[in-house]
Amino acid sequence: MQAFQFDTVTLPPEAEAMRRRVRAFLAEERAAGHLSGRGSWSAFDPEFSRRAGAAGFIGVTWPREFGGHAQSFLVRYVVTEEMLAAGAPCGAHWVADRQSGPQILRHGSEAAKRDILPRICAGECFFAIGMSEPDSGSDLAATRTRAVRTEGGWLINGSKIWTSRAHRAHYLIALVRTGEAGEDRHGGLTQFIVDLAQPGVTVRPIRNLAGGHEFNEVFFKDYFVADDRMVGKEGQGWSMVTSELAFERSGPDRFLSDYQLLAELIDRVGEAPGERQAVEIGRLVAHLAALRRMSTSIAGMIESGRSPGVEAALVKDVGTSFERDLPEVARRIVAVEPSVDDGEDGFAAALADVELHAPSFTIRGGTREILRGMIARGLGLR
Amino acid sequence: MSSEISGILLDQADRLFAQHVTRERLVEADAGRWPEAIWQAVEAAGLPLALVAEEAGGAGLAAADGMRLLRRVGYHTVPLPLAETMLAAHLWAAAGGTVPEGPITLGPCNDGDAVALDRAGAGFTLRGRLHRVPWGGQAGHVLVHARDAGGTARLALLARPPAGNAERTNLAREPRVTLDLDGIALAEDAVRPAPKLAEEGLLVLGALVRAQQMVGAMERSLDYGLTYANERKQFGRPIGKFQAVQHMLAIAAGHYAAAAAAADFAAQEWGSARFGFAVAVAKARAGEAAGAVAEAAHQVHGAMGFTQEHPLHYATRRLWSWRDEFGHEALWQERIGRQVCAAGGTALWPMLVGA
Ligand SMILES: Cc1cc2nc3c(=O)[nH]c(=O)nc-3n(C[C@H](O)[C@H](O)[C@H](O)COP(=O)(O)OP(=O)(O)OC[C@H]3O[C@@H](n4cnc5c(N)ncnc54)[C@H](O)[C@@H]3O)c2cc1C
Repeated sequence: MQAFQFDTVTLPPEAEAMRRRVRAFLAEERAAGHLSGRGSWSAFDPEFSRRAGAAGFIGVTWPREFGGHAQSFLVRYVVTEEMLAAGAPCGAHWVADRQSGPQILRHGSEAAKRDILPRICAGECFFAIGMSEPDSGSDLAATRTRAVRTEGGWLINGSKIWTSRAHRAHYLIALVRTGEAGEDRHGGLTQFIVDLAQPGVTVRPIRNLAGGHEFNEVFFKDYFVADDRMVGKEGQGWSMVTSELAFERSGPDRFLSDYQLLAELIDRVGEAPGERQAVEIGRLVAHLAALRRMSTSIAGMIESGRSPGVEAALVKDVGTSFERDLPEVARRIVAVEPSVDDGEDGFAAALADVELHAPSFTIRGGTREILRGMIARGLGLR
Repeated sequence: MSSEISGILLDQADRLFAQHVTRERLVEADAGRWPEAIWQAVEAAGLPLALVAEEAGGAGLAAADGMRLLRRVGYHTVPLPLAETMLAAHLWAAAGGTVPEGPITLGPCNDGDAVALDRAGAGFTLRGRLHRVPWGGQAGHVLVHARDAGGTARLALLARPPAGNAERTNLAREPRVTLDLDGIALAEDAVRPAPKLAEEGLLVLGALVRAQQMVGAMERSLDYGLTYANERKQFGRPIGKFQAVQHMLAIAAGHYAAAAAAADFAAQEWGSARFGFAVAVAKARAGEAAGAVAEAAHQVHGAMGFTQEHPLHYATRRLWSWRDEFGHEALWQERIGRQVCAAGGTALWPMLVGA
């Protein structure tokens, strides 16, 4: 079986040096009371993002001329894993740093690059992802939101849904229809940078089952977007979205979402676990250690110029299965009734939070079933 | 040895196994016959000494490359104590001994066994019993980990395993033999201080070896499954076109990849302060994956996979055995669990990343 070789990657000294810098930064944040411990990459804290940007932790791989730090993907990898493991509230800048910025850097106009990228690096400019629509979920090629040519640009009409943090972001990148789909259904799609402060776009909240307001519906009514806000060329949207999703899926955010719960579980169980508790925790740690190896390997592939789309799908599938397993194991080995408002029992609150969010882990960023289809294709089936 | 040369050695080993581990010989080995022809070929290629330093007459393969070779041994379901011999030869040479010809096995192979060394004149006598020693009745030598009266760990090389012990086999029909060592006398030079790697016993090293072999046997099982899914037609198309079959194989591939990554981790940490932790991760993760991969591979094959005729079982019966040898998953999971709980929640992350 030639597919799925996750070669061993040894992190270079500059990556370990960066790890020390990030840890020092996070220690200060903790001392200042800015880290609640359980926020991870969905907690939105613009002030934290600004400080992370000032410290040089956003746009790590981007060129200096756009505010970046011209470092390798392995260095960036270390920044992300340290932030996640500490439960740092990275939600504000996460999407811009992970996928929107890299898309603009590679395919954006010169004007967009100069205007937007330095602000992302400074931790002042946040993005949302405008892919899903009411009738276009897993089947992204069914996108119906349409852009038609007008003088100096395009007019967009239609709507997007499940758009995380659109109510707090400055921009989103929207995937819209600009032409016919064609035989393979992948034609006629184009991506645009949408300024959420401009007229013609409105955002309506959708509450999730945990009671939180994270995602939204976004409506476009004759929204005008200038030519230089097109990302890539007209009709290239499909291949760009595909490579963007490889970035979206490749990182440690796909197995560390509920890492804080594992740390709390270990403390809750204590120094002298029962046999069953030790076995179950050991199993989780063995899974996690393997996932981390695979994830560093993917960072190595990206660094060497490969586009590990299938490998990323596999790590996301295995990683999100682990994330969903974790609360189930936790509740089997510690008898506690989870409670979101239990201020005294941090473990009960962490468990409650994870249980309520867990269903989304295997849906957002591509469902488990879609990922398994991609893996199967990578295995030579189909 | 340079990585280029070790790459060549791995390719050669692959070809050699493919050529010599034939269907006929696997059937014979299953029936309890020692496959001397395969051993001859393997020995002629120098594979038993792959992990022995060049100065000591070996191939001097780096540990990580040696582990890759063990995966190929697992992939080809080589019905020999080759992995055991490679490991025993490495340890005996590292202890300063001269490695004998022929297959060498080793013990203790499980958590419960322990062997004591008593002084007897200029030499020693052994006290203890080893359960389920791989090829304990066929190997020319047994490398035994034992402690002397002062508690010092030593390795003892027994020239000939005592006869008349209980012969058993594992699910793959590989011999697993109980050896009664009580009163066996050893000359002074057949006992040496254990090298650092083996001070605590042979369980960790054995677990590392089985983890690598399992990764190889999983790869083989998946290869069979993928080939069959693309060839076998039902309802007018290859069964690999059915989403249910695709998803079974995709899940199995995830287990395989995770197990391989865990086994890489252990190989990379060979001899480091994190070696024990990494091996526990590898054996626990590979053992869990082995069951899942074997199950999926069989399900894809339908009734065909349940026959003697189809070779899938040479890989899967080994997976079912190897996951229990040198400590099953729960033993290693428990060790990890106790270690991380003793250290506390905040210590876990540095332990995982090694920094
Ligand atoms: C918390 C959260 C945040 C999100 N944030 C964003 C965001 O910021 N921007 C954005 O654009 N989108 C976002 N999404 C949307 C997400 O990308 C979609 O939910 C996802 O792609 C699935 O689409 P769907 O919900 O329409 O489900 P559907 O596609 O309708 O799928 C429903 C079920 O059918 C299965 N299914 C569908 N097709 C197949 C098939 N071919 N084979 C087998 N099974 C199939 C799916 O696996 C799933 O189980 C978010 C979702 C969540 C839960």
